[in-house]
Amino acid sequence: MTPALPFCTTAVTRSSRRREGVVRGLLGIVTALLIIPLISILALLVKHGASALTLDFLLTSPAAGMTAGGIFPAIVGTLWLVGVSLAVAAPIGVLAAIYLNEYAGDNWGTRIVNLAIVNLAGVPSIVHALFGVGAFVLFLRLGTSILSASLTLAIMTLPVIIASTKEALAAVPMSFRQACWALGASRWQTIRHVVLPNSVQGILTGVILQVSRAAGETAPVMFTGAAFYLPFLPQSVNDQCMALSMHLFTLSTQVPGVPEPLPYATALVLLGLVMSVNVTSIVVRSYLRSRRKW
Amino acid sequence: MEKDREHADGAHGLGRSRAALAAERLIEVVIRICGFSAIFFVFSIFLFVLLSGSDFIVHRLNVREFLFSTEWVPTSLSNKRYGTLALTVGTFSVTGLAMLIAVPFGLGAAIFVSEFTGGKTKEALKITIELLAAIPSVVWGFIGLVIMNPLIIELFDAPIGLNVLNGGILLGLMSVPIIVSIGEDAIKAVPDSYREASLAMGANRWQTVVHVLLPAARSGLLAAVLLGVGRAIGETIAVLMATGHAVQIPHSPLDSVRTLTATIASELGETSRGSDHYQALFTIGILLFALTFIVNLSADLMVRGFRGEQR
Repeated sequence: MTPALPFCTTAVTRSSRRREGVVRGLLGIVTALLIIPLISILALLVKHGASALTLDFLLTSPAAGMTAGGIFPAIVGTLWLVGVSLAVAAPIGVLAAIYLNEYAGDNWGTRIVNLAIVNLAGVPSIVHALFGVGAFVLFLRLGTSILSASLTLAIMTLPVIIASTKEALAAVPMSFRQACWALGASRWQTIRHVVLPNSVQGILTGVILQVSRAAGETAPVMFTGAAFYLPFLPQSVNDQCMALSMHLFTLSTQVPGVPEPLPYATALVLLGLVMSVNVTSIVVRSYLRSRRKW
Repeated sequence: MEKDREHADGAHGLGRSRAALAAERLIEVVIRICGFSAIFFVFSIFLFVLLSGSDFIVHRLNVREFLFSTEWVPTSLSNKRYGTLALTVGTFSVTGLAMLIAVPFGLGAAIFVSEFTGGKTKEALKITIELLAAIPSVVWGFIGLVIMNPLIIELFDAPIGLNVLNGGILLGLMSVPIIVSIGEDAIKAVPDSYREASLAMGANRWQTVVHVLLPAARSGLLAAVLLGVGRAIGETIAVLMATGHAVQIPHSPLDSVRTLTATIASELGETSRGSDHYQALFTIGILLFALTFIVNLSADLMVRGFRGEQR
């Protein structure tokens, strides 16, 4: 840290420096202990699941009461849920962020909106599930369907999109907007032609993160649209579907006699999907940061 | 800034067609509606969960029994009892243990990342913590079930490894990323002049952390911990899989418990729509909503506090 200066040799300085080194080491160990679980989880899943992870596993349906076969319907179901929830959450989330960053003043209304977003992010996933059952399945009569489950997921992941989009918009310098206003452009014209083009990639990163959240959730889809087992693929948003997260839950808690590699391989696919989406978003983000000109 | 914006608004009509102006009005209205949508959603979550349990809440809920009785026997034929105390204690015992793990580790890592690393190492650590946060809760639950369960049985000679300890460790690891990232923000927000002043007085980095940075970032760090608590209280699938389904007040970390969230998740599918049991589960939902609302509200006030101090 600090360079060893020739006149820093009193006993006090040396012991102080030594103590700092010890603390630094301890904190380093604490941090390392947090990384170990991540690596060991990955390693264990790969070790036990890799043997079952074949192309066949990815592309066939479960068979023999879910004790054999693959996870194709679960993958398709997860794609449906993620796609539909994204289609709902992305526009609302991005527009909400535009409002908060570009229109809202510093007043109590904005404070309440921000408070609502914080709390929406903090509502337990099972309460979102209860809401999904009460509002979409029963009140709007959508039944247990992809639509109900996706809408529940969309509301649950909305804060993720709002927060990251707001960050992307805030990264566009104020001087860009002022320059545009000075040319006589209106607020919306400025947003449309200056703010959004300069932040679109940052917004996409946040949207990608929503995908990872939505794909991993189990509780909100459990009672609103995801099924334990379906012999057919969903044809429309009114059908039920299987989901990877739900399938892993079912395999490991509800079905007796599942051969060991099956749930491991399912977990591996789910984790692989979520991680690759996250890594993509991280790579895009750091690329953008390195390319930013202001 | 506000003034600039008003000027920008004044520039509306310059040589533009009426249709273009109308379209712009429309999109701005939509933006406004979306902006306030979060309020609408939070409100309707509360409303729908409350209404779905309203009949039970109004006519048959005995608040004292509901909050302070340990007897959760919703399926008894003759004498159904809906006491949630054991479930609440279950939730708080798992959350408490999780915080015993997550707070020292999370704050330690936040201090390390913020004050003792820099450049590439810092970036790499932050990314790793972010990836830790991305692991889905069902995968954590699976880990608890197939890896921690046999490990706990072997290490502690316990009859079953699905218990408070198992759930607490999982929840601890799940809450750590929130505590690290919010905590790091809070420490980072302390002005550099504080650090420089402390170092100039001859303090080393650790003394600076303990005597200057931690007191200055106090409310932000508390907010980080509260958000971690909120996360732990609300977690569902991982605790459902890892804590062992026993409705009882735990006497040691090796006892099995059941949390509020796990009860809803495991019983909702088996109840008939509109029955007392079904509505009682929605009432638990309201209890959870209220709990996390209070925790998140206090965290938000704390964050506001520390931002206010910085100004």
